[in-house]
Amino acid sequence: MSLTAEQTKTRNKELIEEVLSVYPEKSAKRRAKHLGVHEEGKSDCGVKSNIKSLPGVMTVRGCAYAGSKGVVWGPIKDMIHISHGPVGCGQYSWATRRNYYIGTTGIDSFGTMQFTSDFQEKDIVFGGDKKLEKLIDEIEVLFPLNKGISVQSECPIGLIGDDIEAVSKKKSKELNGKTIVPVRCEGFRGVSQSLGHHIANDMIRDWVFDKTDPNKNAFVATPYDVAIIGDYNIGGDAWSSRILLEEMGLRVIAQWSGDGTIAEIENTPKAKLNVLHCYRSMNYISRHMEEKYGTPWVEYNFFGPSKIEASLREIASHFDDKIKEGAERVIAKYRPLVDAVIANFKPRLAGKKVMLYVGGLRPRHVIGAYEDLGMEVVGTGYEFAHNDDYQRTTDYIKDSTLVYDDVTGYEFEKFVEKIQPDLVGSGIKEKYVFQKMGVPFRQMHSWDYSGPYHGYDGFAIFARDMDMAINSPVWSLTKAPWK
Amino acid sequence: MSALRQIAFYGKGGIGKSTTSQNTLAALAEMGHKILIVGCDPKADSTRLILHAKAQDTVLSLAAEAGSVEDLELEDVMKIGYRDIRCVESGGPEPGVGCAGRGVITSINFLEENGAYDGADYVSYDVLGDVVCGGFAMPIRENKAQEIYIVMSGEMMAMYAANNISKGILKYANSGGVRLGGLVCNERQTDKEYELADALAKKLGTKLIHFVPRDNIVQHAELRRMTVLEYAPESKQAQEYRELAKKIHENAGKGTIPTPITMEELEDLLMEFGIMKKEDESVIGVAAAAA
Repeated sequence: MSLTAEQTKTRNKELIEEVLSVYPEKSAKRRAKHLGVHEEGKSDCGVKSNIKSLPGVMTVRGCAYAGSKGVVWGPIKDMIHISHGPVGCGQYSWATRRNYYIGTTGIDSFGTMQFTSDFQEKDIVFGGDKKLEKLIDEIEVLFPLNKGISVQSECPIGLIGDDIEAVSKKKSKELNGKTIVPVRCEGFRGVSQSLGHHIANDMIRDWVFDKTDPNKNAFVATPYDVAIIGDYNIGGDAWSSRILLEEMGLRVIAQWSGDGTIAEIENTPKAKLNVLHCYRSMNYISRHMEEKYGTPWVEYNFFGPSKIEASLREIASHFDDKIKEGAERVIAKYRPLVDAVIANFKPRLAGKKVMLYVGGLRPRHVIGAYEDLGMEVVGTGYEFAHNDDYQRTTDYIKDSTLVYDDVTGYEFEKFVEKIQPDLVGSGIKEKYVFQKMGVPFRQMHSWDYSGPYHGYDGFAIFARDMDMAINSPVWSLTKAPWK
Repeated sequence: MSALRQIAFYGKGGIGKSTTSQNTLAALAEMGHKILIVGCDPKADSTRLILHAKAQDTVLSLAAEAGSVEDLELEDVMKIGYRDIRCVESGGPEPGVGCAGRGVITSINFLEENGAYDGADYVSYDVLGDVVCGGFAMPIRENKAQEIYIVMSGEMMAMYAANNISKGILKYANSGGVRLGGLVCNERQTDKEYELADALAKKLGTKLIHFVPRDNIVQHAELRRMTVLEYAPESKQAQEYRELAKKIHENAGKGTIPTPITMEELEDLLMEFGIMKKEDESVIGVAAAAA
């Protein structure tokens, strides 16, 4: 019944040919480079990435503004992030990533609020600099406990050449050196949200690190200080990660940027080690801190017990025996929970096939969690990965896995239709397409309004959610009565 | 009443577009036509000779004060000047900020929606310098100006600009219906100016519709913020503008699709008339002192 790796490779290659055959010649040639079948032992997945999407296809990629405002800056909770430009960009990206935080919204935290300069025709014609100044003044009056402001540029700002840097400098001076960060993340820049992450990282470097007195915050270092980098606390992910680090004896001095504060960001260069979850969106600043402040960084993966254990040990290896013992203690402590979860759900999920299509790090990072439940990921792809992501992916995927970069709506539907996986994990734009095809689905950007999925606590929720999706009795009712 | 004629004056900055257009339009008014001038230059100096004013309040500055262009009434922005010529200035941001091109689009849309063109025989757009972006091409796009008159002179840069503007017209000639009405040479007393302008017109597939001689009376009139037609109606120069006005009036529907030329062809033309020397590769980049 089940295919051998070689048979699967042949089937997948034929499937790619079939999908490409409907495109015009030029498009087929370009798309062919983004579709591949993994060959064990190769150093990458054999696909090209980080290239402009084809005109005319459905891509689910975002823009640079989405990468900066939505991903990197937005979750910093005690800053106010201005969507600078017409109202739509801010409105439609409003609180969509479910970056949880602790605080009183509107008083000392602003995560779920939307601030926009709401450009009108006259702001385009005459420039929006004065409006931006006024907006910053109003913010200071209405929300005096804000700890900083970022200016997230929408497309028109770049077109009309507004000098947001000058406004930021001027206002920062007037407000006694307040952190005000102009971010040139106009949506038309780059091929996806990925450039927005990079720009946002660079602005933290230039406008936070380089402009902040290192002794601004009272900070007493300990030998066990770490910063969590690249966890956006979606559904509480950073919290269920943080407790593990703390239980093993480390002190988490910053969360980047889920439930994070500007003071934490400012203190991060003092960490002993940066632990990096989402490599794609925050490797830039991690590398910078290593070069400039000598802070080493290590990638980790908190999806599923196998990867959690390996990651805890890897992180501990950068510290002394106290921490190493702490890691073992944490692993042992949660073993019964893990065993119970696996005992409960593995029998219901073993052998189920999964296809993924997500952003950031998840197309590879979540594979271990599925495998801990006896499931198999047979296809995966990234929205906006670079080649280094596909290199890292080879550590996770099996021989013959179908790999699709910046997959088009048509390709993904066709792949799923032919492969018939037991579960598809992707985003809101895909969800109903596949559910209507009768394929169980989980949103793997927002955890489908559930979560957290990180850490041991997250694994229990992850297992429950996957079971709920796949084994829901609703799927037995989808057959048409006349068939 | 005859059908509305929409024309536009384009040309290099400082060539005398506004002066030429206002004098010509004053002459058209004298012929009994009802005229509307739409200034599309952020400097807002396209109507000063008609209104005897320094600069009129612009659509965009009033809109900025009022909040948005929707808050304006036509009466707020339209002024009446010499021989009942109606004047509107689009205006725009101060240099270095915002988007003047978008301003032109906003203003023209406002004027159309509010019936500014009702009852006019002629609408004339006076547009800044070169075609710098889509906004400044607005008057040559669909359902706007039917004929473009390019004001130029025998100077090299003015001819470059005329050629570039022709490229802009060509782009919209097939989708819209805009045509090149002709070149107006504003004499600068350069060598063989008439011949050169005439030759360029032919290359561009159009005609030199009029050669306006240089006369200081234009400057004297300008100092009083007047057109020559009003300042000295009996003067020879006033007669020149009347003649240009008459030619433009008779030129209805006779515009052509321009045939812009390449940089090389333009330089060849200048060489042909002895304005430019044949390129001597040995002196390129050599300073005067070194030669």
